[in-house]
Amino acid sequence: MNPVTATDPSVPAPAASAPLLLEVEGLTVRYGALTAVDSVGMRLAVGRRHALIGPNGAGKSSLFAALAGAQRTAGGQIVLDGQEITGHDEAQRAKAGLVRTYQHSNLFSGLSVLDNVRVGVERTEGQPLRPWPRRRADRRIVEAAIESIERVGLADRLNAPVSALSHGERRQVEVALVLACHPKVVLFDEPTAGMSAAETHHFAALIESLPDTMAAIIIEHDLDVVFRLAHSISVLAAGKVIASGTPAQVRDDPAVQEAYLGSGRGDEPLFEEVSR
Amino acid sequence: MGWLDANLLTMLNGLALAALLFLIAVGLSLVFGTMDVLNLAHGVVSLTGAYIGVALLDPATGTIGFIVAMLAAAAIGLVLGAVLAAVTSGVSDHLRQALLTLGIAMIAGDVLGEVFGSDVRSVPPPAFLGGSVEILGRSYPAYRLAVIVLSLIIGVALFLVLERTKAGALVRATVADRTMVEAIGVRSRLVLGGVFAVGAALATLGGLLAGPVLGAQPGLDNTVLLLALVVVVIGGLGSIRGAVLGAVLVGQVQTLGVSLLPDLASFLLFGAMAVVLLLKPAGLLPARYGTGARA
Amino acid sequence: MTRRTGRLRPAGVLLLVVILAAVPFLLASYPVSLGGRILAFALVVVSTDLLTGVTGMPTLAQVGYFGVGAYSAGLVGIHWTDNLIVQLAVGTLAAGLLALVTGVVAVRTAGIVFLMVTLAIGELIHQVADRLDFLGASNGLVGIPAGTLYPGGEPLILAGYTYWWALLVFLLGLTVAYVVAKSPLGLSMRAVRESPTRLRAVGQSTYVVRLVAFIIAGAIAGAAGTAWTAQTRFVSPGDLAFSVSALALLSVVLGGAGTLWGPAIGAAVVFLTRDWLAANYFTGHADLLLGIVFVLAVFLLPRGIAGYQLSRRSDPPHSGAAA
Repeated sequence: MNPVTATDPSVPAPAASAPLLLEVEGLTVRYGALTAVDSVGMRLAVGRRHALIGPNGAGKSSLFAALAGAQRTAGGQIVLDGQEITGHDEAQRAKAGLVRTYQHSNLFSGLSVLDNVRVGVERTEGQPLRPWPRRRADRRIVEAAIESIERVGLADRLNAPVSALSHGERRQVEVALVLACHPKVVLFDEPTAGMSAAETHHFAALIESLPDTMAAIIIEHDLDVVFRLAHSISVLAAGKVIASGTPAQVRDDPAVQEAYLGSGRGDEPLFEEVSR
Repeated sequence: MGWLDANLLTMLNGLALAALLFLIAVGLSLVFGTMDVLNLAHGVVSLTGAYIGVALLDPATGTIGFIVAMLAAAAIGLVLGAVLAAVTSGVSDHLRQALLTLGIAMIAGDVLGEVFGSDVRSVPPPAFLGGSVEILGRSYPAYRLAVIVLSLIIGVALFLVLERTKAGALVRATVADRTMVEAIGVRSRLVLGGVFAVGAALATLGGLLAGPVLGAQPGLDNTVLLLALVVVVIGGLGSIRGAVLGAVLVGQVQTLGVSLLPDLASFLLFGAMAVVLLLKPAGLLPARYGTGARA
Repeated sequence: MTRRTGRLRPAGVLLLVVILAAVPFLLASYPVSLGGRILAFALVVVSTDLLTGVTGMPTLAQVGYFGVGAYSAGLVGIHWTDNLIVQLAVGTLAAGLLALVTGVVAVRTAGIVFLMVTLAIGELIHQVADRLDFLGASNGLVGIPAGTLYPGGEPLILAGYTYWWALLVFLLGLTVAYVVAKSPLGLSMRAVRESPTRLRAVGQSTYVVRLVAFIIAGAIAGAAGTAWTAQTRFVSPGDLAFSVSALALLSVVLGGAGTLWGPAIGAAVVFLTRDWLAANYFTGHADLLLGIVFVLAVFLLPRGIAGYQLSRRSDPPHSGAAA
């Protein structure tokens, strides 16, 4: 097992009592004979952003699905903010504070932006099963939803049906929806896939502005985003964590270079930090 | 042995009914499985086959005449299927497909009733199959046995075509990944239209063959549609083996079940279906290569 | 497909209610009693839309719960009291309870399987009505006395009075449906329709949402049944047949699924076509007329009657329906 601690020696270490929001140990996912996730562990402290990178087919999405409760595991333990959630189903984990965004945008496509986020707020703070309206309570929910939408910068698209939004805007709605649930840990599954450079920049700024009471794990292929946002990185290959640590450490790790490029000469720099 | 003796004929009737239901239902299942189209006109397509029997067959029909009738039914079925495929191609919403196909069924049903009258019309079996055959000391209509055999042959042929031929592989590929198939230059709409046409042809053929057993009358299309839907949903949408199993089960429920539990006769079919669906929502033998339903 | 709850102007709604209430002064007694039956059927269709259009659960069971309400009201009338309000309460409650019991298992399925399970439920209820002697078996429940509104009151015998009762029940049921649609539960129902996986991912059980919707819809259908009995004073198993369930669902699509008021109009169109147009002018060809209406609607009204209304106002260009 190769545990990963999301601490970065180049940055002043967080207080020793920085609570761990997520502790994963020995997580294993098997599809029949194929082991997609092989005894993976990680620890995520409050306020940290952790990136998960690796070649295609490395098991990153399977890991997310297992963490979110959408995929059955063959072993392992998941503890969220001190509470064991290994046996919980997807809805229960979301209720406990572990939410995810989807690789292929999964929103309530026939509903407006406002309604999409309202669903999240209602679930967290309201009474989603109340069969009659109540003016004040409902207005509070709407205001909270609008606040979340403003935070992601979509205030001018409140009533637009989500199906009419651009890809980048839909990603923003997803973040608004996810934030409206006041989560503890958010799993971002390839959030900038398909985005233009401008949209990616905007999105990265949004992630940076998330409250420090949360923590996030981000699957990303865009290494610019990874190096901008991540406090620490895990590299996954063939279901195993083959390297972990600060971006600098991961960049120079030979095992990582091997995994990405096969046996190349090995001396060419793999990750160039692009100057902005 | 005594029980079997008493119920053998009933069970054979169940198999005969199953044979007919399989032919009629398999097209419905494949169309839903491949095209994600709910074709509620399927019952009236089958009834058309029965009325073709009314028009072309009489007690003196010989083998040739019967084969001609079968070919005519199949040909008309192909045309009906192609027309239905074209008409439903623009409608992607299940509910609106239901509205459209049921509307067509209601119009067609009324037209058939106008042309052939509202009485029950009987369809005679061909002369060479008009007699009986001895089974375990009892006599049983030869025609029904022939129907069972023919349906088996067609079922096996269908299975072989789907699993062993290039055309079948094309259909399975279109079900599994339609966009990929189009990317390699296949007009998936033609493939799916072909499935629709063949499915309808089997339904008309089944309707024709069912003529001597079920007769032909207005309203039969609704009964047949309902039975076919139950067969398809119990067996598993898009699956030939599922259609076989579903047909056998429904056939036995409607014959053996009714004979053993006459007081519960009206409840057996839907009760059985409800139980199966609640235990195995995807059906008993769901299609291995996915139902083709779009995400 | 973008669905909008059709926005009706309050003045227009009031006008419509006034016109509906004026019907007994404008038409003879047979059309008025037909109108009462239309109102009952329309409420069943509204309950079908609550499941089909709002929650995304196309169903064929609503006519079954309608039957439960109708037979319950009839039995109450024969054996207990002719008070219509009691009949309404009993019928609604009985239907709601049956919806709860059947829904607990039925709602575990979805999509076409759910549709077939509801078909089974509807048909089983139909068969029960057809076979049980104390319900009149295939002859139907007869001998239901005229209803009264308060103890010792005048029995409502004239078609106009029973029509007004049916109108009252219809408006009540429609209001309940609207209130639910506008509530947080309504939002959850629409979320279930759009993406059950997404709803689960924010921590909401879709099963519970769908079950509550199922029970409410069943209760509304039961209420419609009591209005039917008050109007016709006769319930027959034929009123619960599969063809009626199919017509209810098709009325939803015709009217514009999800709008609630559209399907009510769709119900009126279907019922009038079958029981007035076909009965009087094209006897024996009800199916032909209905079939033509349906086929035309698919191509001319891609979003149903209500959709057609909406598209005449300025619609944003991107909210095109996936016809």
